[in-house]
Amino acid sequence: MGINDKIKKATTHISQNEGLIFEKSSPGKKAYKLPPLDVPAVDAAELLGDLTREDLGQMPEVSEIEIIRHFTRISTWNYAVDHGMYPLGSCTMKYNARVNETVARLTGLAEAHPYQPERISQGALRIIKMLSDQLIEITGMDAITLQPAAGAHGELTGILLVRAYLESQGNPRKKILVPDSAHGTNPATAAMCGYAVENLKSNAAGMVDMASLEAQVNEDVAALMLTNPNTLGVFEQEIHKIADVLHAKGALMYMDGANMNALVGKVRPGDFGADVMHLNLHKTFSTPHGGGGPGSGPVACKKMLEPFLPTPVVITKPDGTLGFDYNRPQSIGRVRMFYGNFGMFVRALAYIMANGPEGLRQTTEDAVLNANYIRKHLQGLYELPYDTPTMHEVVFSDRIQARKGIKTGDIAKRLIDYGFHPYTVSFPLVVPGALMIEPTESESKEELDQFIDAMKAVAEEAENSPEIIADAPHNTRVSRMDETAAARKPVLRWKPQVKEAELVTK
Amino acid sequence: MRYLPKSQSDREEMLKDIGVKSVDDLFAAIPAEYRLTGDLKIPRSYAESEIVEFFRERATENRQGYATFLGAGAYSHYRPVVIDSLVSRGEFFTAYTPYQPEIAQGTLQSIFEFQSMICELTGMDVANASMYDGSTGAAEGLMMAVRVTGRHKSVIATSVHPEYREVITTYARHQGMPLATVGYGKNGRVDLEALDKAVDSETAGVLIQSPNFFGTIEDVAAVADLVHKKGAMLVVSIAEAVSLGIVKPPAEADIVSLEAQSFGVPLGFGGPYCGVMATRDRFVRQMPGRLVGETTDRNGKRGFVLTLSTREQHIRREKATSNICTNQALVALMCNIFMTIYGRQGMKELAQHNLAKAHYAAEQFKKNGARLVFDGAPFFNEFVIRTSGDPHIINDKLLEQKIIGGFLLKKFYPELGNASLWCCTETTTRASIDAAAKEVA
Repeated sequence: MGINDKIKKATTHISQNEGLIFEKSSPGKKAYKLPPLDVPAVDAAELLGDLTREDLGQMPEVSEIEIIRHFTRISTWNYAVDHGMYPLGSCTMKYNARVNETVARLTGLAEAHPYQPERISQGALRIIKMLSDQLIEITGMDAITLQPAAGAHGELTGILLVRAYLESQGNPRKKILVPDSAHGTNPATAAMCGYAVENLKSNAAGMVDMASLEAQVNEDVAALMLTNPNTLGVFEQEIHKIADVLHAKGALMYMDGANMNALVGKVRPGDFGADVMHLNLHKTFSTPHGGGGPGSGPVACKKMLEPFLPTPVVITKPDGTLGFDYNRPQSIGRVRMFYGNFGMFVRALAYIMANGPEGLRQTTEDAVLNANYIRKHLQGLYELPYDTPTMHEVVFSDRIQARKGIKTGDIAKRLIDYGFHPYTVSFPLVVPGALMIEPTESESKEELDQFIDAMKAVAEEAENSPEIIADAPHNTRVSRMDETAAARKPVLRWKPQVKEAELVTK
Repeated sequence: MRYLPKSQSDREEMLKDIGVKSVDDLFAAIPAEYRLTGDLKIPRSYAESEIVEFFRERATENRQGYATFLGAGAYSHYRPVVIDSLVSRGEFFTAYTPYQPEIAQGTLQSIFEFQSMICELTGMDVANASMYDGSTGAAEGLMMAVRVTGRHKSVIATSVHPEYREVITTYARHQGMPLATVGYGKNGRVDLEALDKAVDSETAGVLIQSPNFFGTIEDVAAVADLVHKKGAMLVVSIAEAVSLGIVKPPAEADIVSLEAQSFGVPLGFGGPYCGVMATRDRFVRQMPGRLVGETTDRNGKRGFVLTLSTREQHIRREKATSNICTNQALVALMCNIFMTIYGRQGMKELAQHNLAKAHYAAEQFKKNGARLVFDGAPFFNEFVIRTSGDPHIINDKLLEQKIIGGFLLKKFYPELGNASLWCCTETTTRASIDAAAKEVA
């Protein structure tokens, strides 16, 4: 049997080779034309003197068709949600609706200057207000800022709110508790806010260990940063007790909303005791991941934290129009210039409008259904380290395959041959050799079945022909990369190759 | 719901398969008292046609077709249509961070090209894959100076964008990073004498912006000289990236924090934009943010990977260089395409047009009685004027002619009184400049 025989979703296909854009450059080629200058031309050297730039060195010179082909060709080397399931755990790679892109590019929104007068910005302000109100309802909180640019930026904002609030109570406190299953941004954020980080252990069910929590929470603890459902895809069943333990000692509960796709329309963090949380519009609310960004990380909070929100906030003025309020004496200040990633607000609002209350609930239910379906079919073939009920993602380990020398990273590479983007590899850290699978609601039963079949085929290969996996992927345009060499002698920019003859003369 | 690819019978089949009666059984882990029993109080589901109509109405409320003289950190440049055509490819915008290089070479190669062009334009050795924006990038630049020098204090010119300074204040507050500011001189440049006094042996970084918030181009070499003599690092922030086509790059800086919005990114009411940090080779391991590097695969074929990730939070956790994780990849791609379109000749021509328009406007405004506030140092495409009349009233009159006037400086610089900041780009027409000139007296 050939190594490709069991692969159903994908097949090898010709793709174009393409060098770096600099390698296509040649003097005099152009892809632009400026209109005639309608004011007198100026002599730059006369105006700028010795601050005038003489030359733009190695910037490329290419034509428009070459640019189209260049980026089209390299784009085909990417896997994307538009190709199929992209089950990166905790990343929520869901469908990015096209209407969102259309409305975000409407001239009146896309060409609005952030400092244009408020009276000709009412449409943009209305969008900010509406999205704010709807996210407040979805989270069960009292107030919100849309200013943070991404999830980690939201964390920073949220913990600064906690700190400002506690300071106003007389004591900012010293520590932030972070569960061992948390994403690395949590401790990094706490450190940026001047807090010491204290690790909190998970129990055998993968949840916060109540005894440890009770022992660790004291008057030095400012907050617990809790991801719920956590990175194992497990809902903290004793969430109300966790909140009570914290609140009894005057500490707050920060909720990392990375996994909010498991909760929308079913339960609200504000109802189960969260005091402040961030959302990832690029996860839960379908704004595109764009190859790594832009994101958007709104922070919602309870009433007592509202005075500390970043400036400005949108308010309704006495005449009924909307405007920005900068007069916020207790505010933590700005976390970003202007008002945040507005283009993402447009997309997120369009997503919420398309869904409505029933659609959002059905979305959550399908996301959880899909994860449980995968769990049911792969359990046994892959070790399930925590038997606790799964929400929107399921975490397996490579323990069974590791006996044949096959690790989670290898399984991931072989999955590429089967036409899927891999799951999140080796995270969370509490599961050695983790395979973290989040299908999202965007997958049909057929796509899920193909994924399950692929995972089964890889499990069988791990047992019977592990060498196939160890060398995978076999069908991609590049094979495994030498990442060690990349880090040891970093080449981080293109430079023209010096011809040998020139080297000799030097 | 049209985004959900399952029929009711699919769902029932799957539930049966899993072995539960209803989907609510899958939510049993959530304590019953917290489970919602009714609908969220948000509007009903809208049809696609209704969504488009709704946002068209909002776009109209924003009003369109105004000529603008606003810059102040967000610039109105023409965006070649090729940009949106290419970034709308699902392979780019529906992909994620290139963690699996074998199926992400498109994103990786484009970031590598972006890093290379940013280095070329800024005169630095290395650039990262992007930061959130210019304001947070400037804050991260100073934090990086603290890590490199082991010192703690920072000095910031007040001619740096006021909102950048506000962000830096927020970031620095709890990191043991005292901040001091230095003002500007009569020519609009940072006051070198004051700077000399403010920088001492405990200063980690000095932040200036060039062209600065007033549009004035700083003497980066002179500032660098002063800063380096005290053993501190110079961070240069650039908010108007198009200036790099005609203004000498700040090659004497140690860190450059660029806001690349001018490179083909929509104004979009303030975001998303594209910060990027560039520095010297020797500081690369203290630089935050993702980096793409060149390497080879098992067959010796060239390819690209995310590299030097041991600096980052997912490995270093609380000891990381920054908590930054998500960046602005798709926006960086817009910038990359923009830089490729204009290239070596076009960047220069484009900058020349900006320079010419702004200088024409400044001349016309002067002729009509406005005064240039800062004299004796060159400016690029922004300049500050003082009018005898109230600039609010001037701007109101212009608005009636569908012209958005300059940015009023009083809010951030009360000492400048009736001063306003005007920006002209290649999109500003002579007709709108002439119309504005009539009102600015």
